[in-house]
This record gives sequence, structure tokens and C-alpha cells, in this order.
Amino acid sequence: MSSLNIVSEDDVLVARRISKFFSGVQVLFSVNFDLRAGEIHALVGENGAGKSTFVKVMSGFEQPDSGEILYDGKPIRLPANGAAEALGIVIIHQEFNLADHLTVSESLFLGREITRFGVLDRKRMRAETRAVLDSLSSSIDEDALIGSLTVADKQMVEIAKAISKEARVIFMDEPTAVLSQEESRVLFEQVRRLRDRGTSFVFVSHKLNEVLEYTDRVTVLRDGQWVKTAPTSQLDAESIAQLMVGRELSSLYPTKEEPDVDEEIVLSATGISTPFVRDASFEVRKGEIIGFSGLIGSGRTELMEAVAGLRARLSGTVRVKGEVLAPHDVHAANRAGLAYLTKDRKAKGLLLGSRMAVNLTLQSLARHCRHGYLDQASEAAALARAQRRFDIRVRDARVVAGRMSGGNQQKLMLAKVMETEPDIIIIDEPTRGIDVGTKQQIYHFIAALARDGKSIVIVSSEMQEIIGMCTRVAVMREGVITGWLEGEEINEQEIMRYSAGLKTMAS
Amino acid sequence: MTQEARKTGERPGRTRIGIDVDMRAIAPFVALALLLLLGMFVNQNFIGLNNLANVATRSAFVAIIAVGATFVISSGDLDLSVGSMLAFVASLMILFLNNPLIADPTLRLLAAVAFALVVGALCGLFNGLVTTVGRIEPFIATLGTMGIYRGLTTWLSQGGAITLKSSDIQTLYAPAYFGSFLGLPIPIVVILVVTAIAAFVLYRTRYGRHVVAVGSNRDVARYSGISVDRVRVIAFVIQGLCVAVAVLLYVPRLGSTSATTGILWELQAITAVVVGGTALKGGAGRVWGTICGAFILELVGNIMLLSNFISEYLIGTIQGSIIIIAMLVQRSLTRKA
Repeated sequence: MSSLNIVSEDDVLVARRISKFFSGVQVLFSVNFDLRAGEIHALVGENGAGKSTFVKVMSGFEQPDSGEILYDGKPIRLPANGAAEALGIVIIHQEFNLADHLTVSESLFLGREITRFGVLDRKRMRAETRAVLDSLSSSIDEDALIGSLTVADKQMVEIAKAISKEARVIFMDEPTAVLSQEESRVLFEQVRRLRDRGTSFVFVSHKLNEVLEYTDRVTVLRDGQWVKTAPTSQLDAESIAQLMVGRELSSLYPTKEEPDVDEEIVLSATGISTPFVRDASFEVRKGEIIGFSGLIGSGRTELMEAVAGLRARLSGTVRVKGEVLAPHDVHAANRAGLAYLTKDRKAKGLLLGSRMAVNLTLQSLARHCRHGYLDQASEAAALARAQRRFDIRVRDARVVAGRMSGGNQQKLMLAKVMETEPDIIIIDEPTRGIDVGTKQQIYHFIAALARDGKSIVIVSSEMQEIIGMCTRVAVMREGVITGWLEGEEINEQEIMRYSAGLKTMAS
Repeated sequence: MTQEARKTGERPGRTRIGIDVDMRAIAPFVALALLLLLGMFVNQNFIGLNNLANVATRSAFVAIIAVGATFVISSGDLDLSVGSMLAFVASLMILFLNNPLIADPTLRLLAAVAFALVVGALCGLFNGLVTTVGRIEPFIATLGTMGIYRGLTTWLSQGGAITLKSSDIQTLYAPAYFGSFLGLPIPIVVILVVTAIAAFVLYRTRYGRHVVAVGSNRDVARYSGISVDRVRVIAFVIQGLCVAVAVLLYVPRLGSTSATTGILWELQAITAVVVGGTALKGGAGRVWGTICGAFILELVGNIMLLSNFISEYLIGTIQGSIIIIAMLVQRSLTRKA
């Protein structure tokens, strides 16, 4: 027997020399992988490294073109379309499979409702839901509507659902992408508890600090190939990042440049209130990069949307270069040179079914109008310019936006907003769900914009990003700006203190 | 990159390699060609230029209404009231023509044409405002106005018919339907002109781009600074104008309306749009496909008439089946590629 065939006692799910092709293009090259019972195994790699495809192969959503999968030591052909759930292999998708108008307990038992004499046994389903949630020490109400839950709670419901199906292997594709650090910590507390009871987790993530903190072993994929599997304790962020990109990463963040104190104030928002946000004020100078930190749901997006005219506000004034901006008027904001980049690029940022050019010019079509008709040559020229400027790499410029990688989508969205030639750019979650290489590029784009005299407001739940990019940082908590940090104060501990409510502004 | 691209595959309607061919754009024309072939076998008179010109002429009403429906559907809405609206606008136009207030027949006719266009636009505007300002699902809103316009027609005609009385005007107006221009029957010319304008607006203007953006994702449109409601209302107004143009051809042809005028034409218009490859959930408009769809509908009727295999009374059944088949074909094309 060759060493390859030895299966450790503990191995639950093993992949041997898995290869996968899509339309003749090989995307997985003979990947080996083993998942032990009761471990949290991180799967990391750049966008396009093949993580998602690999997860799909291992959960039956795609069949491998060669290689084999062993489950409990026996070769198995995983049934397609989620039927592997019956075997105990569950995948929690990046986009939740939850219907907003169902209650928690209805969601948990969706498709496998418990009945008595053909009638739904609501009482029992509620009781079992409660039991599962209790075992996760989650306080989510079993009768709450999914639509009313926070993203973190929805994530928890997905996990509860997996547990109630007696899952032995749970794949989590970027579960923490939309979670704040505190929420991730709570989530992983539960994950660890389950791990100790023997459940195995595969955790796909771009957040290296979480990988280091919460996982037992790490497998790195690069360009569809297996690079390394090692205990997490033997690795650090630097080494994982190097394994992922295969080269040394120069500094992730560009050097900070503080604007002069007497530089013109280009944006000032005073006393902004919405139904959730209360009395928020801030100012941005020309060429400055400021940050907004805080937990998910602390009102940062709501505040920025109110400032950018996308949302009605109860009170407050926004001034751009001294001129008062009409409330709830996106056009006025755009004309004044204020632009907002949404964090939700798939639902609010891009037309996924349309080509790059259509997306790029959507916000600035007037520039491409000649005597009332659209000049497609001018649009094509704009696209070529944007592709060069923001390094948007696609094989065919006619590809639809939905087919592009997250990193390219983010760059396209940035390019789209820059087409309106704004002076002030509010960027909500500039690098959500994109790989480390592209992140670095985007940070440098942002810094370059600031050097050109643009003013930037970054809203981010990734503390490192805020710390690495911003010269001034506001922390929000429950709709209120609780603190402002500058210089040396901008560090994780301080931000945490303000966002957790342990500290508030002296005023 | 590739697997990411594959993973997020959003619109697999296009082939991945080589030329960018959209099967859904071509499908209706393929269907049309097959129908023409079928017709040839059924009856040798079928393929004659006269018969085909006749078919095209008869498809004019539905085709022109369906061009408007392409805008409404592309922007993510639906208008069920078009059949009733046609009856209503036509009734008002005939009443206007019967009114001797303007003595000169030519002037009266021109005024009536303008009047019909204004009434059509207003009916569309009303649909649009009920849908957007009233925040009512377009299906329900236009179901309501469908009843309203139909009821008003019945009331205007007092249950009977409204007939064009003046023979002067009748003779003056008749060429608008029965005449021809450069050898083409006028209705065909009108179809071509209306479609060409619509295609230009939908594909080559800012407004057309906005229609598609609003139809494919309202949030993206809103975040891109597009006035979503304005775009939707204008689409309804365009629909109203198209109905009015259809009325301008309808009145010289029949010179009379009743409570049953235009019944089920909304079904035909929507079928034409869907057969033409426009997605019912919005976001992709195909004006020429729509015309093709309208022509297919009329051809099917014509083949049934010429063939004697199937009773022509089953035409509604066949048209109903076509919309279902078209949807199935659309979806299978989406999956396959």
C-alpha cells in the first residue's frame, strides 16, 4: 500500500487527486485534502484559486472529472444538488438560503416539516428549534421572522439548520464576510463547541486573522492547486499570505499622508438624524481619508446613505464646499461631486446581467450622449480607460458583470463611480470578500485618489483596513458616533472600546 | 478567474466561446422561419406575397401595442389594460370625429388624431402613476384600469356600438389603413417606423439604457442616481402612445367600436413580447423580436385558417399554448448554453 492510500482513523472526508474542468478549462489540479473528525479546517486562497469550486465538489454540487472522494474511509459518489445533506455533508452558502417571510422555526424545518396526521406539528417544530438554538446558546426567538434578524443571526440560523440535520461536515463559505469581529467571535464560540462534539468544519475565508485565531489546520490553494496543509499553530498571517500569492507581499497599505490642517473642508455633515442614526456630525478635508468603524448594524451605512441623498433624513445639513445639499436627492449629491459606493455590489452596485460598459457608464450616461443618442465608441473608450486605470482583468470585455470575480466587480464599481468625477467618495466596505492581492491594489487606488486631492470616507468592519488607511477614525455604536480617534489612538483596542460601548466621547 | 467566472454565472444565455451569440435573440426568428416552411407545406397560396402582406397588415394592431409593451415589460412592469385602453381611445376618437364642432373634415381629422394621441398618453400616464405613486403592483393596478377603461367604453356606447357617421371623413381617412406607400400597405409602414423609433430609443438613448437598468435591478438603478419612478411612468406613457397609434389604424379600418373591441388583446401583446425574447422579469428588451412575435401569432392563425386541420375557433387555445411554449423554450435556452 502506498502512503496515499492510508486513511487516518480520524479522517471523515478525504479528497484524492481531485481535478475539475469547466468548458475545457482546468480549474482544479489533482487536489488532495483531508478533513478530520472534530476539527475546524480553513481553506484559503486568492479569488479564483478554486476554493468555491472545491467546496462544491466536496459537497456534491459538482462532480469531479477525476480523482475520488472518501467518506468514512469508503469511496463515495456524492449525490448532486444538496442531496449530500442526507449523508451529513452540509454547505452554508455565502448568500443565505433563507426566505425573509418565514419564521426561524419554519426555516429550520423547511422541506422536512414534522406532521401529525398530515397536519403541521408547529408545537414540536418550535420546541425542537428552541432546543437546537439553546444548544448553540443563541437567544434568537424561534418565532422571529427571518427578515427581522441581523446578518449574524441569519448565519446562526443557517448553522442551527445544519445541526438539526445532524450534519457531520459543515462547509462555510465566507461566513464572516458580513460579520463584525464581535459577531465572528460569538459565531466561532459555537462552532468550537460543536467541534468538540465531533462535527467537522471547513471554513473558507479571506480574513486571515480569523483563520489564525479560530482554526486548527489550514489548507492553501493557489491557481487550482494544493499548496500546503499545516496546523494553524505553525503559520502566521505573513506566511499564509505568501503561500496564497506565491510571492512576497510588499506592504499591504500605502503610507498614510495627512492633509494640512488649513486644507479646505469639502464635506461637512452636521446633526444628521435618521430613524436610527442620531445627531451625527463629521467633516472631511480635501485629500483626507477618514474612516468609520463600528459593529455591523451600528448605523454607518444608514448615515452615509442619508449624507449621499439616497435616504431621507429627519434632520441635519450636509454641505459640500460650503453649499447646502438638498436632502434625499442623489442627483444633487452627484452634481455637487459627492459619490457613494455601496457595500452590496451584487444587489445595489452592478447590473449582473449586463456587460462592463453598460455598468461603467450607467451613472454618467450624459457624458456619452451626442444629440440625444448614446455614442458607443465613447463608451468603449471609457471602458478601455477604466480597465487600464483600475487594472480590471477579464478575458473578454463583453463578459457580463455577474461572471466576474469579486475583485474585478469591486474595481468595476469603483471605476463606475469615478466616471462621475466626484471630489468626495464615500466607500462602504471597499474590500468585502476579495482576496489579499486585489485588496492591496484597491488600497493603493484609494491612496492615489487622495493624493490627487479627492476626499475619501471609508466605512469598514475590517479594523485592519481602517487602521491601515485612515488618518482620522469615527467609531459608531447604535446609531451614534461615540468616538473620534487620531494618530496613535487608531488601534484595535481603542476602536473596540468605543464600538462595544466601554468608552464614549468626553463631551 | 475561470471558475469564479463560472461560479457567478449569471446569464448563461450567451455562448462562452467565440462570437457573442444570444440564442434568445435568435430563437423567435428561427421559429418564424420554421412557421413559414410549415405554411408552405400546408397551402401553396401561403407563401405568396399577397397573403404574407395581408398577414403582416392584420398583425399591425397587436404589433404596435406590443412595441409599447416591450418598454413596460423591460422596465419590470406589466400593463394588462391595453385592450380596454384601445377600445376606450378608439371610442373617444370616433365620438370626436362625429362632433361637428370643427366643420372642415381634414382639420377635424387632424385634430382627432392629436386628440387620440393625447388621450392614449394620458391613459398610460394614469397607469404609470397608479403603479408608482400609488405603489400598487402593476398587475393589480392595470387589472383595475382594464376594468375602468372597458367600463367607460361600455358606458360611452350604452352597450351598443359607436360608429363613425360622416362618410366624408370615412373616405378621407380610409387610406390610412387601406392605402399603400412605395408599394407597402400603410399599416406595415407604420409598424416599421414605430419599431425603428422604439429600437432607437431602447438601444441608443440614455432613457433606453435606464429602462433596462430599472428592469434588471431597481436598487442598482436607484444607487446609480436614476429616477426609477420617472423611468417607469414614461414607459407606461410610451405604451399609451403606442395604443393610440394602433387606434389611428383601427378607426379607418372598422369605423366602429363596441364593448367587445380589443378583448384579449393584452394577452396577444404580452405573448408577442415574450415570444420575441424579452424577459418577463424585466431587464432585456427586444423590439424587433416583439414584432416577430406579433407576426408569428398572426401567421399561426393564418395557417390554421388555410389548413382546415384545426378549427379556427381554437385560435385562443393555440395562442395561449404559444405563450407557455415560448416561456419553456426561453428557459431551456438559458439553461443549456
